[in-house]
Amino acid sequence: MPRKVLIVDYGMGNVKSVSNALTAAGCLPLVSADPRDVVLADGFVLPGVGAFGEAIRNLRANGMADALTHEVMTRRKPILGICLGMQLLGNESEEGGRHAGLGWIEARVRALPAEPGLRVPHMGWNDIHVRTKEPLFAGADDAPTYYFAHSYVIECSPDLVSATFQYGGEQVGALQQHHIFGTQFHPERSADAGLALFRRFAQRIEAPHVD
Amino acid sequence: MLTERLVATVVVRDGWVVQSFGFQRYLPVGHPEVAVEFLAQWNVDEIVLLDISATRDGRGPDFALVERVARRCFVPLTVGGGIRHLDDVHDLTHAGADKVSVNTTALARPALLEEGASHYGRQCMVVSIDVRGEGAAARVWSRCGTEATDRGPVEWAQAAERSGAGEVLLTSIDRNGTKCGYDLAVIRAVSEAVGVPVIASGGVGRPEHFVEGLREGKASAVAAGNYFHFTEHSVMVTKSALLGQGAAVRISGGRPYVAAPVDGQGRVGRVADFTFDERS
Repeated sequence: MPRKVLIVDYGMGNVKSVSNALTAAGCLPLVSADPRDVVLADGFVLPGVGAFGEAIRNLRANGMADALTHEVMTRRKPILGICLGMQLLGNESEEGGRHAGLGWIEARVRALPAEPGLRVPHMGWNDIHVRTKEPLFAGADDAPTYYFAHSYVIECSPDLVSATFQYGGEQVGALQQHHIFGTQFHPERSADAGLALFRRFAQRIEAPHVD
Repeated sequence: MLTERLVATVVVRDGWVVQSFGFQRYLPVGHPEVAVEFLAQWNVDEIVLLDISATRDGRGPDFALVERVARRCFVPLTVGGGIRHLDDVHDLTHAGADKVSVNTTALARPALLEEGASHYGRQCMVVSIDVRGEGAAARVWSRCGTEATDRGPVEWAQAAERSGAGEVLLTSIDRNGTKCGYDLAVIRAVSEAVGVPVIASGGVGRPEHFVEGLREGKASAVAAGNYFHFTEHSVMVTKSALLGQGAAVRISGGRPYVAAPVDGQGRVGRVADFTFDERS
């Protein structure tokens, strides 16, 4: 049975791209801004095209942040944060001032370093170095290529990092903490490699929760 | 390593994909959703969908068209044409666009770039700059090349970057449809003047033109429109040609990239269908 994946609509993400890709990956996506819908979902995707401060404000404004926190942190439903959506999982961001994040993961968001010759935003297809294959990169190449479009990066403890990429130094490409996942790149825009990642995320949703 | 992007520009006029020649003559190609699906399946790195009738007709973007096109497109999709308000950016990202390309409105009201960047991040805001004339005489034109401005491409690109543009799509109107290669001087001047990525556009007729755009033009990405139409697997055979010329292009696993023949006209030759794997 296809897993019901709720795509959190906080007014700013490319929710339709994510929804199209999840459908192609065999999931049953539901785009919703209504916190009452979260109990229906088996898992969540927190998309991200936007600025941090406004995103976290929108998430908190209508009770979505609280509802998600209950489903993810207490009921332990899997979630995948994409780009800004991953950054929102951390403690705080310096994008446009200082903003507190959801704080589910011990992590901080910083601007990409200003270096001569390093164009920002980091835009385009870059390969990642996979450190932890299971579950999101199981069966993928060692250095698969994904699409990135961002000006900020996340910093966290090395044991949470499941993949890295090179841009102005080594950066966090993907992270995971038990059932909480994040990618700095956009699987919904990474062709077959991205759809495969969504399929593996869906399989992770189906797996029994092991603590 | 960050690869060098090969971008397909899909120009839509009155609902049809067209080939464009100097922004004046247009040759119909087919349905936008078909063109986009094929280009995406052929592993193009990014697609820019430009609705060139929107501004002319004084209307906003065709959101229903974007929804249809986005359904089978799993590579980044930038949409331009008729974007006038922040609401248009919202509605386009909700229809399936990842980025928006703003041209005429950005010139008239650069604050739109700033508003878009503060809501959606600067990576979402592409400034599209159409240029006529070369060297010191180069000027930016608005309204799909029908209205002259007094702005130079370098000065406007820098101003747009300050306003919030995260990328520049730089098109030479003179070169568009000529197949004689990019205006490398203006591409290089703009690429060296801004810190955001620059997409070169206008004039590609041969695979080596892309390489020139990257090497001599110093562009981060290279685009073509007309070039990709009417050739089966045009993106994949082009990437194989670019690989042979030392460009760092993205090669997707599972599909063979065979050396493609390029004829004297610069057209990439057809490769037998059986050499390409079926999509799994």
